[in-house]
Amino acid sequence: MSPTFEFDGAEIAARDGQTIAGALIASGRASWRTAAGAERGVFCGIGICQDCTVTVNGAAGVRACLRTACDGDVVEPESR
Amino acid sequence: MRVVVVGAGVIGAASALALARAGAEVVLVDRAGIAAETSSRCEGNVLVSDKGADPAVRPEAELAIASNAMWRSLALELDAERGDGPATELEAKGGVVVAFPQGAAPLTAFAEGQRSIGIRAEVVDGAALRALEPHLSPEVELGVHYPDDAQVQPSLATQSLASAAMRRGARLVLAEVTAARMRGGRIVGVETTSGAIDADAVVLCAGPWSGEAAARLGARLDIRPRRGMILVTTAMRQRVFHKVYDADYVGAVGSADAQLQTSTVVESTPAGTVLIGSSRERVGFDDRPALAPIEAIAAKAVRLFPFLAETQLLRTYAGFRPYAPDHLPVIGEDPAVPGLFHASGHEGAGIGLAPATAELIAHHVLGSATALDPAPFLPGRASLAEVAA
Repeated sequence: MSPTFEFDGAEIAARDGQTIAGALIASGRASWRTAAGAERGVFCGIGICQDCTVTVNGAAGVRACLRTACDGDVVEPESR
Repeated sequence: MRVVVVGAGVIGAASALALARAGAEVVLVDRAGIAAETSSRCEGNVLVSDKGADPAVRPEAELAIASNAMWRSLALELDAERGDGPATELEAKGGVVVAFPQGAAPLTAFAEGQRSIGIRAEVVDGAALRALEPHLSPEVELGVHYPDDAQVQPSLATQSLASAAMRRGARLVLAEVTAARMRGGRIVGVETTSGAIDADAVVLCAGPWSGEAAARLGARLDIRPRRGMILVTTAMRQRVFHKVYDADYVGAVGSADAQLQTSTVVESTPAGTVLIGSSRERVGFDDRPALAPIEAIAAKAVRLFPFLAETQLLRTYAGFRPYAPDHLPVIGEDPAVPGLFHASGHEGAGIGLAPATAELIAHHVLGSATALDPAPFLPGRASLAEVAA
């Protein structure tokens, strides 16, 4: 099945097994977090840089590049 | 006049800029590069809150008050010179020193002394304290708010100081200083791994390696390293708004105890990470990873800010803080080697004290005017000689 999740109020369709970051990029988003006023998104893509973090179902600091998108996830952007 | 500045940490970079501004031809020499050691392995503190009013340490407090003001104008100048981005990331966010019930009385007494020498230090408790830091543990009884505490990004600030010096003609040489060139009992340059450099004066700013470097130059200087470790969390939404630390930090810095000491210092950075310090250990230059300070720092930090229990650490780092036996910086001409000037021993306060130290160095080397009192920091002072004897 193809999961869908909610991101910042929008519905995002993912492919089965795709990461949240992959689905966000496929939806046309290059960045989804801000730090020190600058835009952040996937930098390393392998779980090291911590730049792509999002809040998933209330848990903060989840690396979008490692987390598989699940049907019904509620994903929120983070900022500092 | 040509001046060799040995060491491109924050003290060397600031001194190079002050000397170049005053017209000297400056050669900045470092074996590893700009901000390669202590100045990039610290927190960038520009503090007045940790400076006490007791006679033995009051000179450093007065130096810190003056240097704090200097950083504010210097940061604006460096920003304007760089032009394409922040040059220091100076954050004038203020500090909040907090106490659990048993520490409240000593903290308020400490703050009262500080107010008597002109440090702004306002006691806050209850709702006023929680308004400043809403996520503090309910166990914290009382705080003192220091509006003048600030922070810079120390590597960036040091790079910017060195760049500003180089725009005024200073030259950077990557080499290790091996010996002094002497003539008529006076130092007239240095031998390095990249050849000799002649100079009219040599300023030694080698941080914790200043004792070893002084010996190579024929001088005796008792500067020792103390290891300090810092923890970095992953980025998160901002829940710490000032530089927040436990009142026992003041005791740890001034202590002569060799054993591991920790006291909690917590602050967030513009990137979203939280920096958690700090430890003090006398272990020489041992830079092997150590779990004990990390455990101790983390446990105390969670006691101060309970939400930290749910956060992840991204990395840890350690640096060596240079300290003199009497815990005052050493700034001035060597009593035995004319032409050799020292600027070291700033312990955990080198970033904050750099602009004022640089002004004193320009005064000692070139005779530039200063309103600061150089006397308490002179290398020939009795409190250094007694320990060395």
